[in-house]
Amino acid sequence: MAEHGSGLVLDGVTKRYSSVTALQPISIEIAPGEFFSLIGPSGSGKSTLLGAIAGFIPPSAGRILIDGRDIVDIPPYRRNIGMVFQNYALFPHLTVFENVAFALRLRKLSKAEVTEKTQRMLDVIRLSGMGERRISELSGGQQQRVALARAAVYDPRILLMDEPLGALDKNLREEMQYEIKAFHNKIAATIIYVTHDQEEAAAMSDRIAIMKDGEIVQHGKPRELYEHPRNIFVASFLGDANIFKIHDAKPDARHMKLDIGEGLSLSAPGDVASASRHYVCVRPESIAVGAPGAFNGAAGQNVLPGIIADVVYTAGTIRCRVKLADEAVVTARLPFQRNAAFFATGDQVDVRWALTDTLLIPEET
Amino acid sequence: MLKGANTGTPATMRKVSWSVARLYRWMLLAPALFLAAFFVFPIIRVVLRSFSDPAWGLQNYERIMAGGPYLQVLLATIQTAATVTALCLLLAYPVAYVMSRLSGSLLQIAAACVIIPLWTSAVIRSYAWMVVFQRKGILNEALIGAGVLDDAIRFLPGSFAVHVGMVHIMLPFMILPLLANMRAIDRSLLRAAEIMGANPLVAFAKVYFPLSMPGVSAGVALVFMMSLGFFITPALLGGPQHLMAAVLIEQQANVILDWGLASSLATVLLVVTGAMYVVYMRLTGNATGNLKGAL
Repeated sequence: MAEHGSGLVLDGVTKRYSSVTALQPISIEIAPGEFFSLIGPSGSGKSTLLGAIAGFIPPSAGRILIDGRDIVDIPPYRRNIGMVFQNYALFPHLTVFENVAFALRLRKLSKAEVTEKTQRMLDVIRLSGMGERRISELSGGQQQRVALARAAVYDPRILLMDEPLGALDKNLREEMQYEIKAFHNKIAATIIYVTHDQEEAAAMSDRIAIMKDGEIVQHGKPRELYEHPRNIFVASFLGDANIFKIHDAKPDARHMKLDIGEGLSLSAPGDVASASRHYVCVRPESIAVGAPGAFNGAAGQNVLPGIIADVVYTAGTIRCRVKLADEAVVTARLPFQRNAAFFATGDQVDVRWALTDTLLIPEET
Repeated sequence: MLKGANTGTPATMRKVSWSVARLYRWMLLAPALFLAAFFVFPIIRVVLRSFSDPAWGLQNYERIMAGGPYLQVLLATIQTAATVTALCLLLAYPVAYVMSRLSGSLLQIAAACVIIPLWTSAVIRSYAWMVVFQRKGILNEALIGAGVLDDAIRFLPGSFAVHVGMVHIMLPFMILPLLANMRAIDRSLLRAAEIMGANPLVAFAKVYFPLSMPGVSAGVALVFMMSLGFFITPALLGGPQHLMAAVLIEQQANVILDWGLASSLATVLLVVTGAMYVVYMRLTGNATGNLKGAL
């Protein structure tokens, strides 16, 4: 198998349809062997970009370089790229073995080589005994694995995946995330992965690019994006965020005092100038909830009184919403503690988060 | 209690749906009686007559098998049906392929072009072909006018005219099953083949064509079986030069009044058509049978 995949460079890749611009000029470099995810809401252009790399959608302008060579004018069947489709696109008239062997046979390998490589790939996806089965006889997860094997068996330079887990139920999806990760390590290919599920992308990727309206808004390591979102869109798309509009900012000792409307005010680090055209963003896991007065005297904290609006127990965490004022509601996510009583709807509480967790994030430009 | 409620609901539902299904079955009674009285019974009469007219025995079948004109007509009928089916497939496949990729009003216009001819009776359309093929018809006039011919060709009655007329009338019955099948073929399968290295031609041969086979076999079976018993077009355009089984049977029954021979010819045609149907069911049945067999 290949030592590692190929590097990919997008240089001003643009797609315009008669009246709509599907892709603004996009330039980005993806390193050999990298697991790179494109995420964004539907219609953000991520699938169009993937189609352009695959060769199904000719870009209106720009260059796509694989290992330094421009492939824009090369048809899909000579690009040597692998692709896993959203609906798998497995051939229903062929067996599992024939599906995986399809690309190898096209490459005119000897019969022995085809059998050996296909068999080895079936071992990797743990379907060695099922080569003679029809696709319709496989479960969703098995079909998914066949799609992976079929796309990777010929050591393509780059492996594209278009929402490959979208059709699976939640448990299977998480299991397949590990599978794909392990698969990536085994075949060491460059993977470009499209999803609208930010958790999935964060769990699997070396880097993520967030797209909106045909543009990459921000790209970087998952943690970077989460901790330093470039604007409000990124902050709210990646994970949950409590976001408040700043109405006014006043200097206050070493910090500043922010008026967020409805008579609520917060402290935040920084100077007043940095607050203009910014929002306050607080992640739910930064917020603590306690009885009234529990946080009195804590330094470097924002403490606000409120009323519990609702409490939801999800696996391992408590998600509760606290009403600070008529419109202002914060969501807090707390670790679940066995046998510990928690507040109920209507309880008076104080919420608290550190000044350092009070992020100022620019609005979208 | 919860358990009881759980098992209770599906059981009653099953009971209800079963009794509804039983009720629906009685709705088949009227058409079944109609078919029995006006279709099955006459066919049994015909088959019996082939063995009993003018006397009990196999003499009618012996006359057919003796190698005279009767067997020849039967063989020619099968050959014509096969040729018409092949020509229909060749013409219909690209049409259905293009139609399967259309959408909106373009598709509706194309579908109308295929279906509207079905609203016109085959008699009228066959007469229209007579106008085209006449000695002083449009085709001859055009060919002479263009200088291709010095003298008019005698198309009527003849084999060429029968083939053209039959292909024209059978074409929708080939296009429609193909179209239904092709519209259901997932286009992303072709993309998958392409990204794996198949150029468009190879992708067609290895993916699209095999997947269109159910449509092909349905269309072929439909057109071939309809062509075997086709009467009006061969009767009008073929004449004695291109006699087909249905026309021969009509002559035996209505002109020569040899009802025994007519019945035995009809029986042979029925058996051949039935055999074709069995073969078709076997072939397509195997295609799905393989799915289960592979387990």
